[in-house]
Amino acid sequence: MTRAFFAIVLRDLRLHATSGGGLLLAPGFFALVATLFPLALNPAPATLRLIAPAVVWIGGLLAVLISLERIFGEDIEDGSLDAMALGLLPLALVALAKALGHLVAFGVPLLVTAPLIALAYQLDTATTGKLLLSLLLGLPALTLIGLFAAALTAGLKRAGALIALIVVPLELPVLIFGVWSVAAPAGGGQTGLIYLALITLGALILLPAAVGAVLRLVLE
Amino acid sequence: MLARSLNPRTVLQLLRRIDPWLGIASALLFAFGIVDALLLSPPDYQQGESVRIMYVHVPAAYLASQAYLLLAGMSALYLIWRNPLADMAAATAAPIGAAFTALALVTGSLWGRPTWGTYWVWDARLTSVLVLLFLYLGYIALRQAVETPDKARRLAAWLAVIGAIDLPIIRFSVEWWNTLHQPASLLRPDGPSIDPSMLRPLLVMMAAYQAFFLFVWARGLRARLAPRLKHETLKERTRV
Repeated sequence: MTRAFFAIVLRDLRLHATSGGGLLLAPGFFALVATLFPLALNPAPATLRLIAPAVVWIGGLLAVLISLERIFGEDIEDGSLDAMALGLLPLALVALAKALGHLVAFGVPLLVTAPLIALAYQLDTATTGKLLLSLLLGLPALTLIGLFAAALTAGLKRAGALIALIVVPLELPVLIFGVWSVAAPAGGGQTGLIYLALITLGALILLPAAVGAVLRLVLE
Repeated sequence: MLARSLNPRTVLQLLRRIDPWLGIASALLFAFGIVDALLLSPPDYQQGESVRIMYVHVPAAYLASQAYLLLAGMSALYLIWRNPLADMAAATAAPIGAAFTALALVTGSLWGRPTWGTYWVWDARLTSVLVLLFLYLGYIALRQAVETPDKARRLAAWLAVIGAIDLPIIRFSVEWWNTLHQPASLLRPDGPSIDPSMLRPLLVMMAAYQAFFLFVWARGLRARLAPRLKHETLKERTRV
């Protein structure tokens, strides 16, 4: 069972790495978004420090968003999802494996790029640390919720905007708690992190099963 | 169980029978409510006459949330018991709920101009209603996008259910976010506590909106249901 699980994780990693822009897509897009703001606003250090958590989180959310189509990508068309459905693992675990694959392929590069963005935005080390922690707690939630939306639209052509319309309202709490756990006035930050962790845990418990059910539906 | 015993034909007959009653109730309640709200009720000591938008805005927002609960509840019923009536109920509620949400946003915006000096403010309530609109739009869009009707219904039902679970979390997060930046002076739309002379027209308008929602929803449900039963009726008639 564990071997099947990690086989799927590795398979997805390999697929993400070799197609559609590879592993540099998400961090590249992320860095691009982060570049837009100083150009469009006043790049004074004080302003940058103010908007940094928001820019990092919004950039991260958007980067995850654009990579969501790749979770199921060809799996429906080439029948691999059918094969996985017939296999050893329950679909809920297949979903979890795909989420993990997506997280490692896209989330980890984002986590690596974030400190560089923080540097460019003149953030001090303490705040950067808080930012990274919030991303660490929040990216799994973003991935899982995104996985749900991707499953709903799996097999649909040109579903990009639809995925965005579905997933962004659902991910709003993650964004809110993520940003404000860093930028909050005194005391607010800690509660923000706790809520963030709660959401991730909740998503971890609830969503793989939901995605499994949705996938079974999609495969009919 | 209850779901299995809901005979579509009985439901259709029920809908036909309550239609005139709902129509009359809505008309009467609106007639009384509008007169009460616009003429009889007093102007607010702070907002003056513009408080009257509240009587249009608040019921709309209330119905918007209620319609979503209906949508989610019916979707859950559909997922569990596969009763097509539940899905039809949900599908009918969606555009109506979306319309009420949009109405709430527009009237709220118009209310904001004289009261807060601006058409939009990022406070907890307005933002939550805006997100609710997106949830509706996502549901409607998903239903339309998926080609197989049966799949479309069930996928949309899943979205509605997960959306409903997320909705309190969204509202909580938006409230929490709002408390972090308590604006200097934000006029609470319904005042510190509502005077009976204002509560009455508000309640009447609430009832009017409720009746009207049910009226439109019942008609929509009939419109969906009747064609599905029609060919069976023909079959019955030609049975010797």
